[in-house]
Amino acid sequence: MVATATLIPGFADPVFDAQSSFRAAMDALSRPGTIQQIGCPLTPPKGLSAASAALMLTLCDYDTPVYLSAALAQGAVPGWLGFHAGAKVTSDKSNSAFAFFDKSSPLPAFSQFSQGTQDYPDRSTTIVLEVASLEGGARLSLSGPGIKGANEISPVGLPATFLDQWRANRALFPRGIDLILTCGNRLIGLPRTVNIKALEV
Amino acid sequence: MTALADYNFAYLDEQTKRMIRRAILKAIAIPGYQVPFASREMPMPYGWGTGGVQVTAAILGPHDVLKVIDQGADDTTNAVSIRAFFQKVADVAVTTKTSEATIIQTRHRIPEETLGENQVLVYQVPIPEPLRFLEPRETETRQMHALEEYGLMHVKLYEDIARHGRIATTYAYPVKVAGRYVMDPSPTPKFDNPKMNQSAALQLFGAGREKRIYAVPPYTDVVSLDFEDHPFEVQTFEKPCALCGARHVYLDEVVLDDKGGRMFVCSDTDYCETRREEGQRGEMLADMKEAAE
Amino acid sequence: MYVAVKGGETAIANAHQLLADRRRGNRDLPAITIEQIAEQLALSVDRVMAEASLYDRSLAALAVKQSRGDLIEAIFLLRAYRTTLPRFGTSEPINTARMQIERRVSATYKDLPGGQLLGPTFDYTHRLLDPDLLHDTPVEAPVGRSDADEPVMRVSEILAGEGLIEADGELPSEHIAGDLTREPMEFPMPRDLRLQALARGDEGFLLALGYSTQRGYGRTHPFVGEIRIGLVEVELDVPELGFAVSLGEIRVTECQMVNQFKGSAKAPPQFTRGYGLVFGQSERKAMSMSLVDRALRTQEFGEDVVAPAQDEEFVISHCDNVQATGFVEHLKLPHYVDFQAELDLVRRMRAKHAQSQHHQEAAE
Repeated sequence: MVATATLIPGFADPVFDAQSSFRAAMDALSRPGTIQQIGCPLTPPKGLSAASAALMLTLCDYDTPVYLSAALAQGAVPGWLGFHAGAKVTSDKSNSAFAFFDKSSPLPAFSQFSQGTQDYPDRSTTIVLEVASLEGGARLSLSGPGIKGANEISPVGLPATFLDQWRANRALFPRGIDLILTCGNRLIGLPRTVNIKALEV
Repeated sequence: MTALADYNFAYLDEQTKRMIRRAILKAIAIPGYQVPFASREMPMPYGWGTGGVQVTAAILGPHDVLKVIDQGADDTTNAVSIRAFFQKVADVAVTTKTSEATIIQTRHRIPEETLGENQVLVYQVPIPEPLRFLEPRETETRQMHALEEYGLMHVKLYEDIARHGRIATTYAYPVKVAGRYVMDPSPTPKFDNPKMNQSAALQLFGAGREKRIYAVPPYTDVVSLDFEDHPFEVQTFEKPCALCGARHVYLDEVVLDDKGGRMFVCSDTDYCETRREEGQRGEMLADMKEAAE
Repeated sequence: MYVAVKGGETAIANAHQLLADRRRGNRDLPAITIEQIAEQLALSVDRVMAEASLYDRSLAALAVKQSRGDLIEAIFLLRAYRTTLPRFGTSEPINTARMQIERRVSATYKDLPGGQLLGPTFDYTHRLLDPDLLHDTPVEAPVGRSDADEPVMRVSEILAGEGLIEADGELPSEHIAGDLTREPMEFPMPRDLRLQALARGDEGFLLALGYSTQRGYGRTHPFVGEIRIGLVEVELDVPELGFAVSLGEIRVTECQMVNQFKGSAKAPPQFTRGYGLVFGQSERKAMSMSLVDRALRTQEFGEDVVAPAQDEEFVISHCDNVQATGFVEHLKLPHYVDFQAELDLVRRMRAKHAQSQHHQEAAE
């Protein structure tokens, strides 16, 4: 497994690809709801979107315990992640710096991940969730820091309980998880500060 | 030693950049909260912009255009030095034009020109903790932020009013970000505080020696602390800029002679030059024109 | 006419050129070599290595030369280089019990196994300027002890044998020592990180703090259990090989301070420890460090924090001379924007004051 995983290449240019992918993530989280794009070509290991894979290589390393959904943990991802990023996979959600989910695995309750502490709210998990599509689903209205007035997204494939879970997460502020939705090579950032409401159809 | 050939793009190694980038993302997610980070030793002294330099180095890419200012000016020696550093280690395009820059690293000023969505403003911060001069202990101030216990700050400002009849803080004037964290805007004059509110640009703050990174996302409420009977107000200048005639901008006082002669000119050198290029003339230049005629 | 100051770049380049000129000094004299500095100003080189946390005599000597002998500047240069170096792994803890001793003294025993060995010390030299050093007067070869390579028992082990001194710390065996230069600082700080901060800390600052504990600001009743200086082997465990390989030897100074005893209803009285370890030969630093280490353990022993040397946040936040010098010296950077803001405020307040005086006088 490890041998095949290492055959899948990482970034063609580790320095500049990581920089441009980081800027996409930075733009996504500082402007919630905008759709950002990973600019560099990347062939992800099976089960992972290109954007999720790029975020892995950009942000994860030896210092960040990574939680993987069951499907991802069983495939080529752990070996690929270890080889290219030196990151260790953990099965402890509450101790993970990042958690990655493919689009078919169920998303556990946000409260199972690290929420940070009141003293150190930055020590919370960033969840990267692949969805079926970033557009075309039920319309959600976003407001909060990073958004001029209000903004709209319509991702497809969020869990049914998402809005309730998000409201609970939002109520924990300054604690709470941060969420990045990915599909293909595109992503949307949902930091803990954002208010999300369903819009009437 | 082939010194520079050994250094990575933008000086920092990739592991350090990842660490800083993670801190930046958390800082954006918790506006105004100071994220601890493992600040590195930089090849310039602590207190001279190492935090700003590390933030800039972590976000900078080959397509960026960098502007560096100190006291609002591009030609102050430390601004020149930091700009030269990035030209050397990142071969990045630089500019003095605010409108052309994608990243602006600053010490003590916010440019006069309104910043846009495609721009990032990186502040160099000496003391990131707004409560530090009221309570020197990190363990205590961390607790105050955790509990949103900011009474001490209001007491301080109110003591000013009692003693001086007004709030006597003129720079590094504390702000509340997104209704939660009280934040130090870095030692910018309070004149610049309103520019932070609902800015279209992302604002990142780096404190190297104190090992903290914090952020104000775009379009975020940044409110200067004040009282109903003593509302926040910014400095005003009696005269316009002597060179470009601009009003409602921050001016530097320039002493002209030893007989009390002085003039006031824009602190933002690019703003002033741009206006003069457009044909705007202040008192001093108008006089000269007359003298020449 | 007023002309905005321009030409910062030229000014900087000219200043650097002048600096290079002054560094070289009189061209009729031969330039000092790195080897000469490393050999003949060895203690300067040691201090630079210690406070830069990088053991490399040649680079430290180069830093001393480049900084014109300004040691804090040299420490800064070496640290800025160190931060760019890749990490290959963490070495095994050095074993100072196996040190090749060059100097070893104990103040707690008149004689002890391994004996007292003065080594290359300034102690007992009469501080009279030596005219012989004005010239290259030949120096005789030193006399050495025949058993110098034998390992020498540590004084702490003698005391520990009787249970008279507290154990060597409680860290679990799998604990990997933290690294302040790679992780954000947090208070309260575990002792391994605190010791790292002190080992990098400014010699003068620690000296003054250690001294203050002797004068009653956080007294600890210290005895020098042992100071030893010598070479120790640095080993790296290579997982692929399954054993540790030697990377070479470094010279270190270790100080074990034996301090006031502590006991409780449950535990019998025991002496406590203060520990100092620095690169190179620097007894002053190692001793100061061990005094401050013990002072910083105040709360661990249920004592009250009453003196600066016992205050962890105060000591650790201010012991780094590269940080301190940067921030103190940054005051010379332009601050005119903020000064303008203050100037304006003071003028307004003075005007208001004058006005009220005026009204008062008019009323009288």
